[in-house]
Amino acid sequence: MALSEPVDLERIRTFVAVRRAARPARRAALSLALPLVVFLVLTFVAPILYLLVTAVDNPETRSVLPRTLGALETWDGASTPDEAVFAALAADLKQAKADSTAALVGKRLNYEIPGMRSKMLAASRMAAGLEAGPFRERFLEQGDIWAAPETWSVIRRNGAGLTPYYLLTALDLKQAPSGGLEGVAPDQAIFLSVLGRTLLVAGIVTGLTLILGYPVAYVLTIAPKTIAAVMMLMVLLPLWTSLLVRTTAWVVLLQSDGVINSVLMALHLTTEKVQLIFTRIGTVTAMTHIQLPFTILPIYSVMRSIQPTQLRAARSLGSGPTSAFWRIYAPQTLPGVVAGCLMTFILSLGYYITPALVGGPQDQMVSNFISVYINRDLNWGLAAALGVVLLLVTLAIYGLFLRLVGADKIKLG
Amino acid sequence: MWLPSYATPSERLSRTLVVAFAVAVLLFLIAPLFIIVPLSFSKDPFFTLPVREYSLRWYEDLFGNPRWFEAMMNSAIAAVLTTILATTLGTLAALGIARPDFPYRRVIMALLISPMIVPIVIVAVGSYLFFGEFGLTNTRAGLVLAHTALATPFVVITVTATLSTYDTNLTRAAHSLGASGLSAFFRVTLPNILPGMISGAIFAFATSFDEVVVALFLTAAEQRTLPVQMFSGIRDQINPTIMAAATLLLALSILLFAALALLTRKRAR
Repeated sequence: MALSEPVDLERIRTFVAVRRAARPARRAALSLALPLVVFLVLTFVAPILYLLVTAVDNPETRSVLPRTLGALETWDGASTPDEAVFAALAADLKQAKADSTAALVGKRLNYEIPGMRSKMLAASRMAAGLEAGPFRERFLEQGDIWAAPETWSVIRRNGAGLTPYYLLTALDLKQAPSGGLEGVAPDQAIFLSVLGRTLLVAGIVTGLTLILGYPVAYVLTIAPKTIAAVMMLMVLLPLWTSLLVRTTAWVVLLQSDGVINSVLMALHLTTEKVQLIFTRIGTVTAMTHIQLPFTILPIYSVMRSIQPTQLRAARSLGSGPTSAFWRIYAPQTLPGVVAGCLMTFILSLGYYITPALVGGPQDQMVSNFISVYINRDLNWGLAAALGVVLLLVTLAIYGLFLRLVGADKIKLG
Repeated sequence: MWLPSYATPSERLSRTLVVAFAVAVLLFLIAPLFIIVPLSFSKDPFFTLPVREYSLRWYEDLFGNPRWFEAMMNSAIAAVLTTILATTLGTLAALGIARPDFPYRRVIMALLISPMIVPIVIVAVGSYLFFGEFGLTNTRAGLVLAHTALATPFVVITVTATLSTYDTNLTRAAHSLGASGLSAFFRVTLPNILPGMISGAIFAFATSFDEVVVALFLTAAEQRTLPVQMFSGIRDQINPTIMAAATLLLALSILLFAALALLTRKRAR
């Protein structure tokens, strides 16, 4: 083909030569951005990847019970294991007692077998005192848990270095003994409803900011210049104020002895104090207040570029004011509406501070649960798995934002 | 200005209603911020308006109590270090991105902006676990590194915006007149992009000074920042010293905002 069309070959050569000539310039441009790229990879991307790994990492059983796992390789999976397995377990637990690692593996297995932590600790104390076998009877005396084949299949399954357990739990699922997936018991199924609540609150906040913000953006474009500047200040100043300060303000406003309640009482709108703080209404109000500028600004910047003469043309062609607005003006503001709403939705998904301080137990979002599992329950795997779920949802919507709006459209004020 | 000349009476009415609605929303936006100011000067330890008697006792506590004072110093130090690091890295990157030959622009831009998008708790927990491996939790260095990652997008965005109006022929002219690469940069490019850099630096400073969640995970009592001190205070038992701290942060925000406004106005001229 190249021989029959020598011109093409020439064009390819030229193309390659141009690319080659441009290479030093490309390299120079890239090398300027490289320090920041490397910095972000080390301090931002690596921690997030580490979090992803934590969500599937499963080192406990493997490191504490290696002999037991080896002996279990020949186990039939249906009956109580034989003496060899118990002898291996006794040896592992003796070592675990010496290394103080029995609690570690006990805590891990306790997630899947309730009560396993105390059983494991008791067994390790017993094993430390055992000199010679037979071991099987001694363990079986400790409780039925050691006779149950389910216990042993969970131990064997957790011999793998990676586990789907945390990710499944974050989606209210678990591995069935048969190997398939099944839902967890209804009283333990909380995480899908937390995720649903997070999406719902983010959706309500996004809708409210649009309803409240759209007219503000419009008035900003039609107001006389000086008044518009003052109005703009009223939008930008809250944006500039620390999120914590704005949340603090709402904590004070919503208190049962707070400003809103005293105003309501003074106006005789209510005779009793209204519970506002630690409620869904309080949380949504505060979040809407905080997110409003993020929705207003992109809509405003699109509205500003719409020619007012278009509306005049529509009117002169016989359109009424309402239909001129909905058929000529509103469709053109759509890019700004999409940009503002997606931004507010993305940011609302990750709220932590405001629900923690203004919300009640029923208003806590995914972020709050992540924090609780890190700080209070010390269950890093589950915290990481919830983080993965939150991150995936956020990135999916960020991807939509990049497609529809573009990263270079993100402006500040 | 408010209304076109051909407006019908019903249009006048609906326009008036829209303007009234917008003004109400603007008041909703701004009023909560200033509610904390009178409360911080109240003599009473509870949060009702109007204030019966004014005093400075909560400010005395804020500056006299070593816990609060140390928290303020910690915040200031972390914010200054973050600003220096973020402005340097962000400006360099923006200089590269602004060049026409910059490769993989979409991907790299998406990466550089992503710290603004990723939920803050994920950044906090990820850094907490990852930095722990290197002994960087409960250190100032760890906090500054994490805050710098959060602050760089702002610098990249502001400096890139300034560079889009910068005439690269100026650099070329400097070179043709015999300036070396570095001297052309420091004597021609830098003065031209300085307003953008300062805007970015202000954003970076505010990002670090106001940040709570990452600081909550990465600091112990010794590096505790002002927002962390406030957050724990509100959680345990909200007291008026927190109002004084919030008022101080609000004043700082207004100051930084004014500086930024002056800067953009200068640039627009």
